[in-house]
Amino acid sequence: MNPLISSFLAINPPYWVDTLAKIGIGLVAVLLPTGALVYLFLFKMMSFMQSRLGPMETGPYGQLQLLAEFGKFLQKEDIFPSKADRFVFAAAPFVVLVSTFMLVLVLPGGPDTHFVDLNTGIYFAMAVSSVSVIGILMAGWGSNSKYSLLGGIRAAGQLIAYELPLVLSVVGVVIMAGTLNMKGIVAAQADFGVWFIIPQIIGFFIFMVAVQAELTQPPFDMPVAESELVTGYLTEYSGMRFLLFFIGEFATAAVFSAIGATLFLGGWTVPFVDINAEIMDYIGPLVLAAKMVFIAFLIFWFRITYPRFREDQLQRLAWKFLIPLSLFNIVVTAIFKVVF
Amino acid sequence: MTTDINAEFDITNNEQLRYIAAQAADARVNVELETEGMTLNIGPQHPATHGTLRIVARLDGEQVISAEPIMGYMHRGYEKLTEVRTYPQVTTLINRIDWVGSFANEVPFILAAEELMEVEAPPRAQYIRTALFEMGRIANIMLFLGDMAVQLGGVTAIFYAFRDREFVLNQIESATGGRFHPNFNRIGGVKDDLPAGWIKETKSSMQKVRDFCDEMEDLVVGNEIFQARCRGVGIIPADVAMAYGLSGANLRGSGVDWDLRRDADSPLAWKDLDWKVWTHPDGDSFSRYWVRLQETREATYMVEQLLDGLPAGPVMAKVPRIIKVPAGESYVQTENPLGAMGYYVVSKGELTPFRVKIRTASFSNMSISPWLLEGVLVPDIATILASLYFILGDIDR
Repeated sequence: MNPLISSFLAINPPYWVDTLAKIGIGLVAVLLPTGALVYLFLFKMMSFMQSRLGPMETGPYGQLQLLAEFGKFLQKEDIFPSKADRFVFAAAPFVVLVSTFMLVLVLPGGPDTHFVDLNTGIYFAMAVSSVSVIGILMAGWGSNSKYSLLGGIRAAGQLIAYELPLVLSVVGVVIMAGTLNMKGIVAAQADFGVWFIIPQIIGFFIFMVAVQAELTQPPFDMPVAESELVTGYLTEYSGMRFLLFFIGEFATAAVFSAIGATLFLGGWTVPFVDINAEIMDYIGPLVLAAKMVFIAFLIFWFRITYPRFREDQLQRLAWKFLIPLSLFNIVVTAIFKVVF
Repeated sequence: MTTDINAEFDITNNEQLRYIAAQAADARVNVELETEGMTLNIGPQHPATHGTLRIVARLDGEQVISAEPIMGYMHRGYEKLTEVRTYPQVTTLINRIDWVGSFANEVPFILAAEELMEVEAPPRAQYIRTALFEMGRIANIMLFLGDMAVQLGGVTAIFYAFRDREFVLNQIESATGGRFHPNFNRIGGVKDDLPAGWIKETKSSMQKVRDFCDEMEDLVVGNEIFQARCRGVGIIPADVAMAYGLSGANLRGSGVDWDLRRDADSPLAWKDLDWKVWTHPDGDSFSRYWVRLQETREATYMVEQLLDGLPAGPVMAKVPRIIKVPAGESYVQTENPLGAMGYYVVSKGELTPFRVKIRTASFSNMSISPWLLEGVLVPDIATILASLYFILGDIDR
């Protein structure tokens, strides 16, 4: 338990209080502000890059835009397509969102600021990130629409193809750190002297490409390709359920950025500060958020610059280029680990 | 038992032939992969068609077995409507045919009417017409340059296109009074002379268009993914392009050096200018984009030349107040932004035309799509349709 929370409660709480506090803090204190921050920052950033103004009228500097859109989506009619598989259709957005929430669990924000300290943290993260495929496939199949079906099938093919380079790119980091524990990886970077982005630059590149594909964002947005499939698996969704997918997209981008920041940019650490200093429990989450925003910036920079791949080109990139490259990266990392 | 195949199937009946082809395609799909074909209705309301075009595609997985465009959802009956309007009124209608480069729509009709009346607009009017014609072309093709990238998933380019297109539209508006529907042509000239300071402003806006073209070359043409998506996709050989009656950049993208601005005998001022017809030998989607990009840049230089060499004098010839066009027939076509556009005007000597037949470029350009879409992948539908560049109003008028 985080000393912060313990000192607030001033007691040693029983397990259920502990768990509820974690869930509450996880949802309210971490995910919502992070999602809102990333959303606003990226909307503004995208607007300036595309020479638009972006949100302006809602609150100072458009800060309340998220609230306005939330209200808008709440008012919309919740449409079920006729002949849709109602249960599958309704459950799909939650499955996608659950995978995102479970990713947050293993993210460390400081030496003692964490939800769960799993020994196999990164392994767990890679595993639950694949759950979203099921949700997307459910959405594609349950909608009973040809566009949705094509989008869902494309998404499944793409996510499975890019799961492999994603995992393999992390293996290099794990070899260097010698642990699967997220906090262990952060500590290893502090011991190593430089963040792993320097020795693992190839791994970082593969990780970024794979994350882009996992998020189904341009240039890998074949599943939602709006000029061909309307919006792919999202076609039949409206109102609240659409919003859930929409939040899921931005929240997943934020969470994957945070994982990338932990693996390659030293997590909560700042140079020349002892990583176990007590102050890191307080500024650590902020440092992590700053690094996360930087990686999210990279993701969305690619998103708005590139047109999208065709399905076959996308698969070719994964199987013929990224996977051999990441295997090569693993071999080189292992050799260096043994020799030095 | 012997049966005469020709007795059962009328091979001249296209509908029957298409049906047989679809049946055969289904059978092939089922035998090879044990899969079922799927009919996908793309449109009439679909983001890829930017208008109301419907494409019925038969798919095997992601591969298109056959695709057929169904036109007519936006038919507005302009050919018939012109018969109940006087000649000066007709321009208000016809500049809504291709609504993004609308000034160019008026010109061939006015030229046809002038030919019948044996009136020639004064040189200054011809220069102004040509300059605005080319600016209409720029405004039209700039939109394509952004839109093609959007169809391929790169959203940023269209915002740049809309932003920089304003500079051209503002100039058109300040000269003619209408951003999209200038209605500036009159039989015997143009409505007004250019406003003060217009020439200088237009030149600076032409520079901005060239900057935009450079930007597109960096952002879109130079992009590896864009090239991978476009090169070798939707190849139209020169002879096929000619056979389907393509025109404009679609034809020049296939390496056919044919441009009505240079090849037709037109009273407009193109013959006085120093310019080049751009062609590309490949005939794929990329070459069509590239040709249009070069044409936009070329058009900015043409506008500058026209404004530099603008002759003095009146902008209207002497024409009667009530225009009655003498009996006769004439056909004039010009190289419009989308391709060759022609008006066949039949007059019986009355206030209104007896019959007007409009030849629009997009209709012919669209007719090649079943041939072109056969066997491609679903993502390539968007690429090919975008690169053919049609405006729905120009297909259905």
